Amino acid sequence: MDQRQDAPQIDAVTGQSTTGHEWDGIQELNTPLPRWWLGIFYATIVWSVGYWIVYPAWPLLTDATKGVIGYASRADISADMAQLKAQRAVQAAGMADATPEQIKADPALFQIAMAQGKAAFGDNCAACHGVGGAGAKGYPNLNDDDWLWGGSLEAIGQTIRHGIRATGNDETRVSQMPAFGRDGMLKRDEINAVANHVRELAGLSTEPKANLALGRKLFADNCAACHGDAGKGNKDMGAPNLTDAISLYGMDMASLTETIANSRNGVMPAWGGRLDETTIKALTVYVHSLGGGQ
Amino acid sequence: MTSIEHKPARRSLWAKHKIFETNSIVLVIGVLLVISVGGLVEIAPLFYLKNTIETVQGMRPYTPLELAGRGIYVREGCYNCHSQMIRPLRDEVERYGHYSLAAESMYDKPFQWGSKRTGPDLARVGGKYSDEWQRAHLAEPRAVVPQSIMPGYPFLAKTELALGDIANELKANRLGGVPYSDEMIAQAETDLKAQATPDHPGQSDLEKRYPKAQSRDFDGDPQRITEADALIAYLQALGTMVDFKLYDDKANIR
Ligand code: HEC
Ligand code: HEC
Ligand code: HEC
Repeated sequence: MDQRQDAPQIDAVTGQSTTGHEWDGIQELNTPLPRWWLGIFYATIVWSVGYWIVYPAWPLLTDATKGVIGYASRADISADMAQLKAQRAVQAAGMADATPEQIKADPALFQIAMAQGKAAFGDNCAACHGVGGAGAKGYPNLNDDDWLWGGSLEAIGQTIRHGIRATGNDETRVSQMPAFGRDGMLKRDEINAVANHVRELAGLSTEPKANLALGRKLFADNCAACHGDAGKGNKDMGAPNLTDAISLYGMDMASLTETIANSRNGVMPAWGGRLDETTIKALTVYVHSLGGGQ
Repeated sequence: MTSIEHKPARRSLWAKHKIFETNSIVLVIGVLLVISVGGLVEIAPLFYLKNTIETVQGMRPYTPLELAGRGIYVREGCYNCHSQMIRPLRDEVERYGHYSLAAESMYDKPFQWGSKRTGPDLARVGGKYSDEWQRAHLAEPRAVVPQSIMPGYPFLAKTELALGDIANELKANRLGGVPYSDEMIAQAETDLKAQATPDHPGQSDLEKRYPKAQSRDFDGDPQRITEADALIAYLQALGTMVDFKLYDDKANIR
């Protein structure tokens, strides 16, 4: 560093001062920042001062400054949710107090319940029951009138609120079909016989070598308690009707053997603690109206 | 040097930047000073201000099985598509449930808040679906959600969970501030097995150490403890620990 570097120098060509650095006779210009850039920079500083005053900003000893408008995201959301509730209460005066039956009977309430039910179904149920409730293997179709546990408003509401074989819900619907093969209650050829009998009940073809007489007897002894003598099912036990074309897990021999040998016992979660009562009511009405309500 | 003429030195404050620009040590010290002011103002107060420390009922450290599942969640990069942070906005609360509390990720090292949502937020997915559904969905998402674009992870249910390091993993988390006791660390492997094995005698001890831990066979294969067991146990615990019946929204407004 020589002495001259400390004194600003002016480049004659551009009229600009230099930094004093010099490499092989070339000097670095000390070009100032563009005015527009500096302008924005200072504006952001002024803005931040405004922000400190308006919004919560500076930490103090025990608390932080609250800002003159008193903004708090959590107060905001509480107010927002309260407003949503109030708005819904106006749109659907009485929805909170109405029973699902009353909602069904009132066209205005019904329309709102359907809209709300449809949205909630998409968020919470469609992953299992399919978009629009069409169902999938192991997840029942909710559009038809073939119900495992019942298709009345009350039964549907109960199913949604407490679930089916749901963990951690004391009022959940329970009934365990035994795993006849795994638990050693039926031997392999007996399972084959009873599976053939189930196909017979459903009006499907049976295997030529099937022992249908044995199947019939085993069914009466082991299955009729839940599925009924004629295999028509029992809604108190959630036992499906085996005689119709609708099946949860499939009626081919491989699926039937698996169902009877290992049992399935599908689980539907309980929604009581998760969704609020009005949403559950809307869902009840929505599912009931999908096509199979009773 | 003919083009250079001398001018009297300007001694304004702004001219002093040269000190920083020509001396790297001074520059480094200056940068550190500026950053630490930022840290002091923005981070340090979070540790002592009452209204940023929230007390909730029910939070407990992850069980060893859940912690192993969390490791798989991170390993597989699930956070690239899923956030775990329900923001205090109306549509999010409507869809996912109560907004996430800071206390809910206090034992997450590091937290999985994320900012990318190709798939839905998972902060409260615990209990939303059955284990069977989670299993089927992880193996092949399109088996249950036909329009899904999530990749399948069929190997998880086929890969046995490596148990050897679990005690060390608890220890590492303790270094990070998670209150695992010596007993929890000593029993980590037993606890892990107890949670994934139906009717395991260690389950009551597990529940004493980790209240409300759910024990069952998560992956549908009682013979083995697989990575799917761990991941599903973790998913089923997400967002279920805080008891919102005891949580006072109004007292925690900020
Ligand atoms: C984890 C998957 C899953 C989710 C999510 C789910 N369900 Fe289900 N649901 C099932 C299964 C499995 C069954 C059949 C259980 C059985 O075998 O008895 C069922 C049964 C039902 C039934 C009884 C059907 C009948 O025939 O009696 C209704 C009603 C129902 N679900 C409605 C809903 C609604 C409404 C939602 C959303 C709030 C929902 N489900 C979410 C899995 C699910
Ligand atoms: C304790 C009551 C109970 C007994 C006993 C019982 N089941 Fe079931 N069964 C059920 C229930 C409940 C379901 C349906 C729900 C599920 O498993 O998800 C079912 C489902 C089925 C299905 C599947 C139907 C479908 O839609 O895919 C078949 C097939 C079946 N049972 C056959 C039998 C046979 C054969 C026996 C006797 C060997 C038997 N069940 C004994 C309760 C019972
Ligand atoms: C490429 C992005 C992507 C990745 C990576 C990904 N997911 Fe997903 N995930 C999705 C999408 C999209 C959905 C919504 C459709 C569906 O349900 O499959 C989803 C849905 C889910 C759901 C259901 C959420 C709900 O509330 O319906 C769960 C649980 C889930 N993913 C878990 C995981 C786990 C665990 C991993 C890591 C092993 C993972 N995902 C990795 C995209 C992804």
